[in-house]
Amino acid sequence: MTKQDPQTMPRSAVTEKIELGLAKRHRRENIFRAFGLTAVIFGFILVFFLLFDITSKALPAFHQHWVKVDVNYSEKSLRYAAGDNLADLSYRNTLRKSIYETFPEVKARRDKRQLNGLFSSNAEFAIKEHLIANPDHLGTTQPVWVRVDDDVDVYLKEVEKLGEPLVRIDQKEAQWIKTLVDNGAIEKRFNIEFFTSSDSREPELAGVRGALTGTFLTMIVTLVLSFPLGVAAAVYLEEFAPKNRWTDMIEVNINNLAAVPSIIFGLLGLAVIINLFGMPRSAPLVGGIVLTLMTLPTIIIASRASIKAVPPSIREAAMGLGASRVQTTFSHVLPMAMPGILTGTIIGMAQALGETAPLLMIGMVAFIVDVPSSFTDASTVMPVQIFLWADSPERGFLAKTSAAILVLLGFLFLMNASAAYLRRRFESK
Amino acid sequence: MNTVMTSENLTSGDIVINGSVGTPFCDDAKMSMRNVNVFYAENQAIHDVSLDLAKNQVTALIGPSGCGKSTFLRCINRMNDLIPQCKVTGSFVMDGAELYAKNMDPVLLRARVGMVFQKPNPFPKSIYENVAYGPKIHGLATSKSELDEIVETSLQKAGLFNEVKDRLDKPGTGLSGGQQQRLCIARTIAVSPEVILMDEPASALDPIATAVIEELISELKEKYTIAIVTHSMQQAARVSQKTAYFHLGKLVEMGDTKQIFTNPSHQLTENYISGRFG
Amino acid sequence: MTTTHLAFAVIIIALFSYWLGIKRAITVAGGEQHTRQLVSLPSQYGLLTAFWCGLPAILFLLIWSAIEASIVDSLLIQQVMLTLDTTAQQNMSLLVNNIKILAEKVQLNEDVSAATALQLQHAAYYTELNTKATWLKTLLTLVIAVGCVAVLLTKIKQSFHARNNLEKIVSGLLFTCSGIALLTTIGIVMSVLFESIAFFSKVPVTEFLFGTQWSPQIAMRADQVGGSGAFGAIPLFVGTILISTIAMCLAIPVGLMIAIYLSQYASPRLRSVAKPMLEILAGVPTVVYGFFAALTVAPLIRDFGILVDLPIVAESALAAGLVMGVMIIPFVSSLSEDALTAVPAALKEGSIGMGATHSETIRKVLFPAAIPGIVGAILLAVSRAIGETMIVVMAAGLAANLTFNPIESVTTVTVQIVSLLKGDQEFDSAKTLAAFALGLMLFITTLALNIAALKIVRKYREQYD
Repeated sequence: MTKQDPQTMPRSAVTEKIELGLAKRHRRENIFRAFGLTAVIFGFILVFFLLFDITSKALPAFHQHWVKVDVNYSEKSLRYAAGDNLADLSYRNTLRKSIYETFPEVKARRDKRQLNGLFSSNAEFAIKEHLIANPDHLGTTQPVWVRVDDDVDVYLKEVEKLGEPLVRIDQKEAQWIKTLVDNGAIEKRFNIEFFTSSDSREPELAGVRGALTGTFLTMIVTLVLSFPLGVAAAVYLEEFAPKNRWTDMIEVNINNLAAVPSIIFGLLGLAVIINLFGMPRSAPLVGGIVLTLMTLPTIIIASRASIKAVPPSIREAAMGLGASRVQTTFSHVLPMAMPGILTGTIIGMAQALGETAPLLMIGMVAFIVDVPSSFTDASTVMPVQIFLWADSPERGFLAKTSAAILVLLGFLFLMNASAAYLRRRFESK
Repeated sequence: MNTVMTSENLTSGDIVINGSVGTPFCDDAKMSMRNVNVFYAENQAIHDVSLDLAKNQVTALIGPSGCGKSTFLRCINRMNDLIPQCKVTGSFVMDGAELYAKNMDPVLLRARVGMVFQKPNPFPKSIYENVAYGPKIHGLATSKSELDEIVETSLQKAGLFNEVKDRLDKPGTGLSGGQQQRLCIARTIAVSPEVILMDEPASALDPIATAVIEELISELKEKYTIAIVTHSMQQAARVSQKTAYFHLGKLVEMGDTKQIFTNPSHQLTENYISGRFG
Repeated sequence: MTTTHLAFAVIIIALFSYWLGIKRAITVAGGEQHTRQLVSLPSQYGLLTAFWCGLPAILFLLIWSAIEASIVDSLLIQQVMLTLDTTAQQNMSLLVNNIKILAEKVQLNEDVSAATALQLQHAAYYTELNTKATWLKTLLTLVIAVGCVAVLLTKIKQSFHARNNLEKIVSGLLFTCSGIALLTTIGIVMSVLFESIAFFSKVPVTEFLFGTQWSPQIAMRADQVGGSGAFGAIPLFVGTILISTIAMCLAIPVGLMIAIYLSQYASPRLRSVAKPMLEILAGVPTVVYGFFAALTVAPLIRDFGILVDLPIVAESALAAGLVMGVMIIPFVSSLSEDALTAVPAALKEGSIGMGATHSETIRKVLFPAAIPGIVGAILLAVSRAIGETMIVVMAAGLAANLTFNPIESVTTVTVQIVSLLKGDQEFDSAKTLAAFALGLMLFITTLALNIAALKIVRKYREQYD
């Protein structure tokens, strides 16, 4: 073999050698590039699929089917005697009789029970409220709109051909539903109750008001605690802290705390806040404290970055005029750093808003029907409500869960958009 | 000092640049650039420049900072392709081939026209791998021994081999600044380019390292055509045979280095080399 | 007065004392015109007075609230001990609880006819104790607030440095706030450590770490604590590793390629749409991913399994792992992009200038140079995958199978922590304590990963700064 030094080769020889490999190298370049583009497109597809999947599942939850029952408020079926309180009458009996009158052909006990099952368990209360509101209807037959059962609601939303059985509705029930629809006794209405009522075991009655209130209370606690604490800590570390082991330790510690799994904060809340300090379980106060500890690192890190970005000339100018360190910080540095601090706080709050795991640990996972009215009432929050509904076997909850997710995502979107807006305004200055 | 064209420091009226003076064209040209204009978005950085790079000679591009000499150099091996808003017009011809033609592969072009940068930029790899990088990607060596051979001769040509032969597997970033720059030169010549472009190769180095590099450049011109951008007029005078003086994106004067430095034809050139601005 | 009311009262007094402080300062100066005689501004005297009033009182209030309940309880227990025989003292906590409920009923005028005279007596004593405690609390708080103000007002002289004192207090407050992060860490360590030690006194450490059987429910039955092999955490560790591995197998290549494409190839326009896309992926709450995994991805995977005649369980590790991977993609991509853009542009130019193609430059120069930063990013991502809870709680199983098969159901450390602690707990059962032992393992692992990642990233930054 003859050794050839490329520098002594004729120029064209090197060029030829390079040209030999060029096609292959360009092909590789294109493949690599295509891989990258595929990954980005994959990301887009994921986002669209996720949002589309949830939205399409959620849409049915915003509507609810109602059924008209001609209620015969006969004194006999109500077991009414003169002077009785209208709230204590036998409405269940009345409702059933009225339903049977609509379907006179249904005779067997089992069929009757099935027929009753088409109406929401809340229907008897609906006809009761109607009579209390209109006492003069006693003894007459009145059309009253009540909710259908969740299975019927799901059926009406999903069925292609009325009268065919589907999932939990059998042939017989399907026929009854068809009759009702044909008679114009079924109506689809906007489900405002989704926002105005609280959790329920019955999907057709369940709403997010309780969870929204709980979230609101928890977020207030988190904000009230984490904002001042976070800003104060950031101010101390940036403006006052001497550079020594202590502040180094705090710094490392904050960075590590930011990456501790959220469930660990739940363990802390359970062991220390609930067991040691004896605070109430399931309370927004405790939830807020736990979320504060969790979001503090985020807020501190963002605030420090923002404070650091204030030009030193501002401090020097203020101190040159005889202002003290504290005065300089509070009247010059902080106002200038505020937009950045607020952005960081909003992002931290958005994190807290979507957090679930630590709240499971401190008992905010209970089934709670009442809307919480104070910081120590047992309550739940939106993400936990989503978790609870997602775990429920009833099909009606599927749409409710997705709808609750949409509401939560909506709030998150608003928060992130305002953070982005703040950042942009700050940057453009 | 960075102000240039004011009535205080320049007196005569003939400093307006209307085309260049001197001899921008030569008989034995390796590369010929004609009517080159370069735009960054809306701003024109190079105005209608035409000049030749003479074969196996060193051409120095000098001028005050911001005059476009680096931009012009980077256009020669199409490094400006990396900047999306950059637009180039005019013609660049090397050995009869148009460099900006559709069928010209910039990959091949850059292998034939190598570049050495202002700041030494060895890859975070061993000294050996740094030099072997080019031959490896271009497939110039078919065997390990052939590669070793290329690395050794390249390092020798860059005058670095004796200093680093015992530590070829040590990282290239561990060398001194001057050694790093010579490593980058070795890396460039390892793919045996025909032209080497140097963008202020000694500006980040101390005087001793600079002298070594300058000596190296003088040796390299035996085999390669070299264009060097430099801030230092003394350096241009020491290493180059031809000098082109750029001013505000225009070529003012081009000619033999000796003539430019002893008897410049243009008022601006004279002002510049006599240190009245720059 | 409740604690909240008292806190408000203290704040009002503090506001008032702000005004008092200013007044006093002006008086010692000798009138409005002579305030320049003071060494500090009048408002600084006011602020100092307000702080002096508010801080000690609020601090006292906090401490009192923390200990009040336990003091009242112990006093009540003493009283009950005096009147009851020892046999009845067995269920003291239940007894005390009943008394409290009774006391509440009495206060609300509910029916208490079922209670015995002794119980009513105890309830009355409890109510009395509470009333006394509240009175004492109110009295002491107000005395402290007013007393501190009075002391300070006498101190205000022309030469009294209000500003210096004020600033000492403010920086002290700021210092305290910065310590909260440290306190949190200490709290975490203490809470998981103590409960874990209690757990390991019931179940040997070796058994927990090396046992292959996990069935904590057994321990609920009497006398079956420990020794039964029911607390071997190996299946949980394996399950965690399996799901995290699946997640990383998706997240690392996709995240890296996205980072490379966006930082090296993409046009500014594509970048400006792709960045929000990644932010959406990063901002979706994990409970939503969990829902997505359990109700969309898992059925899809099962259907696919039926299609190719492969039995895939509904709660397969695959579904949870893949969705977790999706969650981690933006995390990997944004950190890797930082690492890639931190590589000096000169290296890229050097390589391109030699005739390397763009992808050769990325693969052979940029990527190796950014490797430390990327490794740091991956370590942080792994730590996040291990600690992720909601996705696995909703989409992975509860049964502790020791398997590496991705189409079977496995359980993870976090799933078990949730399932062990979700309901009511008794704090002395091995079942509850096991959750804290798992928490300790989780904390140690993620902490080690984080510290390693931060170290690598920091070192890497220094290299190029």
